[in-house]
Amino acid sequence: MAFRLTLAAALACGLAMPALAATTQVAPKDVHWSFEGPFGMYDQAQLQRGYKVYREVCSSCHSMNMVAFRNLGDQGGPFWSPKYPNPNENPVVKAIAADYQIPDIDGDTGEAIKRPGTSADYFPNPYPNPTAGKAANGGALPPDMSLLAKAREGGPAYIYSIVTGDDANIPAGLVVPPGKHYDPYIAGDMSPYWKGDPNHVPRGGVIAMPPPLGPGKVQFDDGTPSSLQQEAWDVSAFLEWAADPKMEERKQVGLAAMIFLVLFSGLLWVTYRGVWRDVEH
Amino acid sequence: MSGPSIYEPKTAIERWLDSRLPIIRFGVDFMAFPTPRNLNYWWTFGGILSFCLVAQIVTGIVLAMHYDPSGAGAFVSVEQHIMRDVNYGWLIRGIHANGASMFFLAVYLHMLRGIYYGSYKAPREVLWLLGCVIYVLMMATAFMGYVLPWGQMSFWGAKVITNLLGAIPVVGPTITTLLWGGFAVDDPTLNRFFSLPYLLPFVIAAVVALHVWALHVPGNSNPTGVAVKSKADTLPFHPYYTVKDGFAVSLFLILFAMFVFFLPDAFAKVDNEVMANPLVTPAHIVPEWYLLPFYAILRAIPDKLGGVIGLGGAIALVFALPWIDRSKVRSMRYRPMARTYFFFWILSAVVLGWCGSQEPDAQLFPGVTFFNLIDYDINSVTWVSRFAAIYYFAFFAILGLLPMWEKTRPVPDSLFTPVLSHGAAVPAGAVAAPEKKG
Repeated sequence: MAFRLTLAAALACGLAMPALAATTQVAPKDVHWSFEGPFGMYDQAQLQRGYKVYREVCSSCHSMNMVAFRNLGDQGGPFWSPKYPNPNENPVVKAIAADYQIPDIDGDTGEAIKRPGTSADYFPNPYPNPTAGKAANGGALPPDMSLLAKAREGGPAYIYSIVTGDDANIPAGLVVPPGKHYDPYIAGDMSPYWKGDPNHVPRGGVIAMPPPLGPGKVQFDDGTPSSLQQEAWDVSAFLEWAADPKMEERKQVGLAAMIFLVLFSGLLWVTYRGVWRDVEH
Repeated sequence: MSGPSIYEPKTAIERWLDSRLPIIRFGVDFMAFPTPRNLNYWWTFGGILSFCLVAQIVTGIVLAMHYDPSGAGAFVSVEQHIMRDVNYGWLIRGIHANGASMFFLAVYLHMLRGIYYGSYKAPREVLWLLGCVIYVLMMATAFMGYVLPWGQMSFWGAKVITNLLGAIPVVGPTITTLLWGGFAVDDPTLNRFFSLPYLLPFVIAAVVALHVWALHVPGNSNPTGVAVKSKADTLPFHPYYTVKDGFAVSLFLILFAMFVFFLPDAFAKVDNEVMANPLVTPAHIVPEWYLLPFYAILRAIPDKLGGVIGLGGAIALVFALPWIDRSKVRSMRYRPMARTYFFFWILSAVVLGWCGSQEPDAQLFPGVTFFNLIDYDINSVTWVSRFAAIYYFAFFAILGLLPMWEKTRPVPDSLFTPVLSHGAAVPAGAVAAPEKKG
């Protein structure tokens, strides 16, 4: 039986082979995260630092349409507090929301107005429409950040690699067009910009975003030194939370479900052996 | 149902009902169905598949309650509403999305079991055909269901696959326009693809009922392939196989739960986390893993109509297996040559699947130019998929011709003989060693 199960598992793995993309870019850096593995959870202090990086740097160009202010106070979120099981009542969340101006309509006159945000509001878009976003960024719309960590191969490690990708070390012979930046971690084709040996075109692509982070760019409230790597690490973890806010709940329910299923399987096996005990087969 | 009914109504009300609607008789006889006592774990996938179908229907219906089938709203209703706001929406969607992969994993193992043990041979050809119909319906349902989240891969997958139908002569373009509900993949397409995958699972359920009916006429095949000769060869389905299937379903659920809770995106494509955009083509359009071998066959043939015929033929030949394989020996246990060709056939399908996941122009060994023959670079995924596809199709010819020279091993007189012979070594009444089962 063990052999047959092994065979079945081997077959399963063979059939479930992942799709591999061709490598035109450098693989993301190897980064360690608190949320790795079946028991890994978010580090709340890191999420709070990451939120600050998002608020002070990313949010000026990147929307995060699917995240509401109340989500920040949800269980597993950056500002979750057991004192406020209803995140709408969380004072930190309310203060963050009130700091934003949300477009609305005046209830009496119907005129377009802006009012302070409430915890039920969603993060507002930095641009009134995608065309405005493109126009302000050299034709490239900064992608929405709600799902960014799930929408790129490599996830948070990819985001970390992009924002720490060293723009200064451009290989000699590479002429990057004005308004663009070379990044070895982006998929692309550098051969049009490459003047050197055509058999050794540097891997990577161009990105419209200038290097967004740097030492001291964001001052962390908990006194963590704000190096480029620290900022990138924290904001990548925050974006992973934004893309997968139910991860902690999922893993907790999953652990209970696995324990139940293993026990249940054991009971069924004992029952099976009992029923078949006196049967020749 | 085969065999006389064992049901005897005991009370007046049971007798009254039995002469009007013998539903209790049906249930009792169904559960007591004589089943060969030597079925192994490969025979548990029928129960596992029933579970998968019910799980997909139940989770699908709940998801439909929260889903918005419009181009503007579909992606948001899945990624924002269901995944973030609906209570346990992440769980329901996780079961449904990973459930499709689990369903196909189980159906492939179920089909491979049928081929290995020759279960499709007379008198079970109709049973096999109905199973193949279920498989095709599953592929259609899975494909259309995959379009619903309206991510980039949903949209472009729909575009590529519906375009294929356009290659059919004369009626192709009309079929494509009807499927699209217009002249491009758009809102009307999404609405159709929401309506149909809601309908098809119930069609599948109906064909499953026919499949079970067709099973209950000749009864189960078994690992020896020898027909059941007497009642001593069988056991009532309940409790012997309900408990064995139940145990197998529970083991399968452990694998299932591992994906749902700890690797929910293992089968997902990152591009599908980006909302559908008709103006931006993903760099690499890939179908789900369970369709990859057929996708590779499609791409291996350098002609659109030829590719579609190849793809259709790869599936049609599976339907035709009962008439291709004329060997008198049913089970490959006693057919060592057929068994070897069969395992290489599985390998060819896995290689095709791998090829389908790669860029067609990619090299197998990057940088090696040794294999440049005449004008072709044999060192490419396309050529690997061509060789694998040739074997995939050749297997059916081999299976058809094999009885002409094949030397089979002796087949036992009854399905119980080999069991009794090794059972004799075990003291009577002792618990049989589990590793010797089957």
